[in-house]
Amino acid sequence: MSTSSNSPLTAGTTRLVNLNSVLPWVIAAVALILLPQLFGSRSALTIINQMAITIVFALSYNMLLGQGGMLSFGHAVYMGLGGFFSMHVMNMVEGGLWLPLPLLPIFGGLFGMFFAFLIGSFSTRRAGTVFAMISLGVGELVAACSVIIVIFFGGEEGVSGDRTMGPEVFGWDFGSHEQVYYLTIFWLLIAALGMFLYSRTPIGRIANAVRDNEERAEFLGYSQRNVRWMSFIASGFFAGIAGALFAINYEILTEENLNLATSGTILLVTFLGGVGFFVGPIVGAIVFTLLQTVLGLYTELWGLYLGILFLATVMFFPFGLTGLIAMHIAPWKMGKIGHLVVPYAMLFFPAVLAILSGAAFMEILFHIREAGVGDSEMSLYGITFDSHAIWPMATAIVVFVVSVFIINRLSARVKAAWDEATHTGRAGS
Amino acid sequence: MKSIKKLVLSTAIAALTAGAAYAENIKIAFIDPLSGPFAATGTNGLKQFEYAADALVNDKGGILDGVKFEVVGYDNKISPKESLIQLQVAIDQGARFVVQGNSSGVANALTDAINKHNRRNPDSQVLFLNYAAVDPALTNDKCNFWHFRFDANADIKMDALTDAIAKNEAIKKIYVIGQDYSFGKAVAAAAVSMLSAKRPDIEIVGNELHPIGKVKDFTPYARKIVSSGADAVITGNWGSDMLGLGKAVIENGFEGPIYTYYAAGSGITAAFGEAGKGSIRLISEGQINPPASDEAKALYDGFLARFPDGNIDMPRIFNTVGMLAAAMEKAGTSTDAVAIATALEGMTFPGYFGGELRMRAEDHQLIQDMHIGMHTNEGVDYTYDSSDYGILVESTIKNASADIATTCKMKRP
Amino acid sequence: MSLLIVNILDGLVTGLLLFMLCSGLTLIFSMMGVLNFAHASFYMLGAYFAYQISLITGFWLGLIVAPIAVGVIGALIERYGLRRVHKYGHVPELIFTFGLALLIEEVVQFFWGRSQLPYNIPEALDFAAFSIAGNSFPAYKVFMIFIAVGIFITLLYILTKTRIGMTIQAALSYPETVQNLGHNVPLVFMGVFGVGTAMAGLAGVIAGPILGTFPGMAVLLGSIVFVTIVIGGLGSLWGALVASLLIGWIQTFAATYNVRMEDILTSVGFTKPEPVWDSAWQDLWTLTLPQIGPILPYLLMVIVLVFRPQGLFGKRES
Repeated sequence: MSTSSNSPLTAGTTRLVNLNSVLPWVIAAVALILLPQLFGSRSALTIINQMAITIVFALSYNMLLGQGGMLSFGHAVYMGLGGFFSMHVMNMVEGGLWLPLPLLPIFGGLFGMFFAFLIGSFSTRRAGTVFAMISLGVGELVAACSVIIVIFFGGEEGVSGDRTMGPEVFGWDFGSHEQVYYLTIFWLLIAALGMFLYSRTPIGRIANAVRDNEERAEFLGYSQRNVRWMSFIASGFFAGIAGALFAINYEILTEENLNLATSGTILLVTFLGGVGFFVGPIVGAIVFTLLQTVLGLYTELWGLYLGILFLATVMFFPFGLTGLIAMHIAPWKMGKIGHLVVPYAMLFFPAVLAILSGAAFMEILFHIREAGVGDSEMSLYGITFDSHAIWPMATAIVVFVVSVFIINRLSARVKAAWDEATHTGRAGS
Repeated sequence: MKSIKKLVLSTAIAALTAGAAYAENIKIAFIDPLSGPFAATGTNGLKQFEYAADALVNDKGGILDGVKFEVVGYDNKISPKESLIQLQVAIDQGARFVVQGNSSGVANALTDAINKHNRRNPDSQVLFLNYAAVDPALTNDKCNFWHFRFDANADIKMDALTDAIAKNEAIKKIYVIGQDYSFGKAVAAAAVSMLSAKRPDIEIVGNELHPIGKVKDFTPYARKIVSSGADAVITGNWGSDMLGLGKAVIENGFEGPIYTYYAAGSGITAAFGEAGKGSIRLISEGQINPPASDEAKALYDGFLARFPDGNIDMPRIFNTVGMLAAAMEKAGTSTDAVAIATALEGMTFPGYFGGELRMRAEDHQLIQDMHIGMHTNEGVDYTYDSSDYGILVESTIKNASADIATTCKMKRP
Repeated sequence: MSLLIVNILDGLVTGLLLFMLCSGLTLIFSMMGVLNFAHASFYMLGAYFAYQISLITGFWLGLIVAPIAVGVIGALIERYGLRRVHKYGHVPELIFTFGLALLIEEVVQFFWGRSQLPYNIPEALDFAAFSIAGNSFPAYKVFMIFIAVGIFITLLYILTKTRIGMTIQAALSYPETVQNLGHNVPLVFMGVFGVGTAMAGLAGVIAGPILGTFPGMAVLLGSIVFVTIVIGGLGSLWGALVASLLIGWIQTFAATYNVRMEDILTSVGFTKPEPVWDSAWQDLWTLTLPQIGPILPYLLMVIVLVFRPQGLFGKRES
């Protein structure tokens, strides 16, 4: 077992406070500042901003699920309400209120925090299923209210505004995507750092203790209910910041920001990345946004692939994608990672082939059903072929079966190598 | 040596011009749901756009010396947020014409975003051709120069519907029911005010809203409708709310007409089947049955040859493509959004499925004939959903609501 | 008055249908401690399978074959999916079923498309059984009531009077002891999961023709099923029955009786602002009961959980 770590990768699960981890933050900040040099187009910035918003939201969600052990089905409420209030503040700015745009997320955070305080006062009394079901009920109620209370939520059209109406900051009016990008990553870094430091405070530690054993924490003199409530309020604050960033980026908030689908998505994102790690939600948010928005550009079946990936993650890597990486820290530290290189390299090609051929099978089937008559030409992975002919389908099936067979044969070998690599006995044994 | 140099040079030029020819294709971004619960309507709309672009423009050699239309689908998952992301992607990929129709919520988000985009980026201005979002606000309070609506808005449709109801002396009591959101409310408000103006003797025996997409069983609503003694029902419901309400009302013994906006295609016609015959009345633009002309017949036949399971349930899509092409010809450009928009303003155009179309300059609302059709299996040449049922036109209102008032104050660049 | 009787009958049909889903869900929960988020997806699968079978052989064979097929799929998912995740704890289990719900919806759309399916009532039952003051009561709904009541009685009999039922009940409370007595507890789990999902499938078969067969049908019903068993008390069959009927009637009556906030407010002494469109309270004044009917169960659940976390009939907490 590893006892401490210098990287934020395992923060929240380790017990030692280690503030020597400034380096990853600096690297992240520099990378984010330089990113527009690489991806400067409007759409790339839009998608990166979307990732940043999802990261803040997912991190705030993990304050509940990962650090506090609270499963929520209604977390969109706090992001959404924070966003709606920010939108109204933004419209007040248009009406003459003096407030530079970069300060708006503070308001979003405070509103999210306020509602978390209110709703948390009764929902955090219990943990487990009771908390989960109350969050579901509250989520559904607030989402329903958003359609009924038109004067505040704007009904189906939502509430929109214009971010460029505030006072300029250093000559920036935030009309361009690039300026909004820098504002977004500024808040992304602040919020992520805030949540990271929170997990290192005594309150954050106690939340872990309550998650692991309520009674023991209670014997130590901590009211488990108050600890959960505190985590909930803090989480609401950061969710509200995410909401305000959404308001700034899209200049519109709708019922979509509050509904159960959004709440469910964030659970999915967080779990996909790995709930037990601070960076888990970050990985989840990046992978999910890529799948939804970028893969969605190429195939209408993205939802199907996402569903399969998600189920496979829960079944085979319950600690998420980050968990998969973190598993290799121990062999790395023991200098035994070399044992794994060859088996992994052997596994790589069949695995890629299995995924590609499996997807090809479904895409061909989908094309046969959806495309028009005479439009049997389809192109996949840069190959153009006739989707109605027998050989593409046959190839996909054969490749899939063969590669799965090879993976099956190799798995024993990989497992042996894994056992060898993680074996903590004497070196060379 | 010289010849090799020449060869390289000419190949390079050829490659460059080939790229340029490709870039000359006019990209039309279709931003609508292509996955998720509303994908049936979205994919069918995309098929109609693809076919319309080929049949009306590309197969005829394109416009303006051979420029062709290329319809590219962008899946917005019916989410306003995703729509705005896809809008940026589409603009980056060179699309300057956006078509969208499913959900007025998305349309509101798009028209707002496009207005801001065009103001902030004068070098890449975009036109928004709305083919189905019918919220009246889009051509009233929220109108802008970049938005054009090719469908009739909810008020125009209700005006036409109430004209037909007013002529039916048998109707004395009417029940109005709709989904609880902007469109449902607009339908209800228009129905009440127009009926009281046209037929003060008709009693509105019920006027209510139910939550959108949340009602599992419409039986209690159907009971109320039957018990109220209503002779006819008016509803703006769509999707599963339409089917659920319609089926429950018919099953519980209601025999009068059900006046609707969206009760055809996307599986709804097939699912209504025999039960809906004689009950379902639909207000729409474009006449499918009986075919308006030989040209309309040829278009539909061509569409079916390519998509045997598809429906032309939005004839306005063809008008959208045709009018856009005509505006480009008139403006003499396929890139200058302002010039094309100006050419569209006030344009008159013969509709592909009957009637004369006119794009009103003051609010960018298309004025066209409205038809009230009946769900039936008799006398329909073109059925929907590969079933035996289709929509047969019963009555037509020429140039419906040509003088309807608008609050639009158009700001032109 | 006559409308009241019709409403009571309609509410009964809705409640019993809900119960067919809730009974299976609550059995699965009491046995495995996992809230099966995909339960309504099995309901959807039932409707789609039955539709596919009805195309070939008509409605009646689908009524029998589709639930069995759904049950087999459910049992296989328990054996090869859920059991694998079980060792990681309850949260991953719940998340597994959550992902399963998403995947089933995608798979259904992949095979049957996104449109409404024309899955209809069998002709033999397509007539009005009786009619009260112009409101006809379809024979099909009478049939639904009989099926649901039949299921309930059979379930009750099996659980309380048969040997296998005793084993299940014992395995609920003392799985280790039952295992030590030589019973194959994992097999019992698999069987219960299969039967529970088969019942959801059966509910789908009979509800598909009247509530619509479309990809959104699972989501529409999904969360309300949880709400019902949480209100009734997790793990209590009687609680599930009472809560199902309660919610069936609440929804029916809330949709039927047009109680308006305007009337309530004026009777308390407020005056309606004119025009109401300019008032900040416009949404409150125009609120009606049918508008909020479908969200009442959620409100009820939150209230119940705050004051009685174990639910109306539950004996233990979560």
